[in-house]
Amino acid sequence: MRVWKFGDDIDTDAIIPGRFLTIYDPKELSRHAFEGTRNDFANEAKTGDIIVAGRNFGCGSSREHAPLALKGAGIGFVVAKSFARIFYRNAINTGVLPIVCPETDVIRDGDSISVNLKEGVITAGDKKLLIEPVPEFMQKIVDSGGLVNYAKEMEEVSVCTK
Amino acid sequence: MGKTVAEKIFSGKCGKEFRAGEVVMAPVDGAMIHDITGPLAINVFKEMGGKKVFDPKKIIMLFDHQIPADSIAAAENHVMMRNFAKEQDIFNYDLKEGVCHQVVPEKGRVKPGDIVVGSDSHTCAYGALGAFSTGIGSTDMAFVLKFGALYFRIPESIKVEVSGSFQRRVGPKDLILGLAGDIGADGATYKCLEFCGQTFAEMDMSGRMTCSNMAIEMGAKAGIVPPDRVTWEYLKNRCETEPFLLNADEDAVYFEKRSCNISSLEPKIAVPHNVDNVVDVSEVAGRKVDQVFIGSCTNGRYEDFKEAAEVLGNDKFSNDVRVIIVPASKDEYLKCLKGGLIELFVEAGALVEAPCCGPCMGGMFGLLAPGEVSLSTSNRNFRGRQGSTEAEVYLSSPATAAASAITGVITDPREV
Repeated sequence: MRVWKFGDDIDTDAIIPGRFLTIYDPKELSRHAFEGTRNDFANEAKTGDIIVAGRNFGCGSSREHAPLALKGAGIGFVVAKSFARIFYRNAINTGVLPIVCPETDVIRDGDSISVNLKEGVITAGDKKLLIEPVPEFMQKIVDSGGLVNYAKEMEEVSVCTK
Repeated sequence: MGKTVAEKIFSGKCGKEFRAGEVVMAPVDGAMIHDITGPLAINVFKEMGGKKVFDPKKIIMLFDHQIPADSIAAAENHVMMRNFAKEQDIFNYDLKEGVCHQVVPEKGRVKPGDIVVGSDSHTCAYGALGAFSTGIGSTDMAFVLKFGALYFRIPESIKVEVSGSFQRRVGPKDLILGLAGDIGADGATYKCLEFCGQTFAEMDMSGRMTCSNMAIEMGAKAGIVPPDRVTWEYLKNRCETEPFLLNADEDAVYFEKRSCNISSLEPKIAVPHNVDNVVDVSEVAGRKVDQVFIGSCTNGRYEDFKEAAEVLGNDKFSNDVRVIIVPASKDEYLKCLKGGLIELFVEAGALVEAPCCGPCMGGMFGLLAPGEVSLSTSNRNFRGRQGSTEAEVYLSSPATAAASAITGVITDPREV
């Protein structure tokens, strides 16, 4: 799968600029993904492509439009050295899997890589890179296909209260 | 073993002893949605099979990013939210009150010890009142609207102890920009910043809100100032609540402890295109600016405009600079109006707009052309944030912004 390589501190304004936040449809959002910062992405990204980045991917806004725009472009995984907190949760909730991998430096733009979640490795050429497991409580949400599915059948949640 | 403020809030709310690192389904005391992220949250709430929200009284709805509607799509979103509010019996401040992070505390909708979420990253601002408050996405918000609770990973805390008094024309914004520069844009990811020390004890609520607001710019989940006399003074006419102390224990365990003295702190500025690219104003003094924006949830309060007005004095703003002033709420606007500040700014050549987010997000007005430079008191200078991706945004205090608006170039406010 083709890699779209990005650097450190890719913010949510870069992923989807503020002027497009009245849009909610992932497909339509994807037409403006990285507009102004990486214009080839919206035109050329294909289903199954993977975003690979450095530290702090998705910093900034809580706008869920950011992972939705990536989802609309067909991106299933974002691999980064680290993620900003809100983006990480939003990505899990919307079904774009954020994968933490400390060794993204060895992956280049345009590379072809494969992600094996079961084995916890990314194969990039002849290299095998270890990825960190998704936290347990997040895995439950991922397994049910996102937070919407997880919550759909539930009438109530069990909350600790005084 | 003692507890941090964040650990105390979660343990108190959940009736069980919790430590940092543990994941808990915790009840929320307040949930805020606005016109940008609210419609998506409502749509997902319905997709989740949501019929009735958990408690309409705990939901805070208002419009601040695109008001009055600047497009048909924005107007449609407003209508959709208004209809949802009526159907669910949620009180909607609509577009009449101002920016979410100013209005929520102002209306007494958050108190010390509360757990509050908002579908906006700067929801961490309410930490200024001693609450654990944090920004979440729309799907998490939909879950909250349905169940009144959310999964939280209780964060480790970074204790930030600040001592000393500010020099003239140096203030809380310079302090928090300096901290962002030191800690870095991801230095506090998933952590809670716990602000304490003499400087915070002496700081007014406006300054505390400025600091807590920007905790997210270091990646933090929350930025809390433990409640004290200033907090209870602020809240006494806004909501019914009994004062209590909520300090960390002496032997609380921290991820990290930082301390600094601000007695010789210089005015700071974040240079393009990251919030942690922070330098002393003197290092970039003389750089031409095309637009100055004073406002936003970070610095749109009366105290901020008063500081700017003091720097302005009898001067005028430069003819070559577009100065945009936007008070953060109706109350702050009226305070400025009655205090003569609005007249002063208009006479000096500024545009004064009704309370809203303004140019901060680049959503509705005040956009920049390629090659233009903006100096802004808001919280983000990301590339393209205020218009063209070929424009530049600098972040500063209201004093530095006012000084630069007078001269037309970035200017140290102590020199005006």
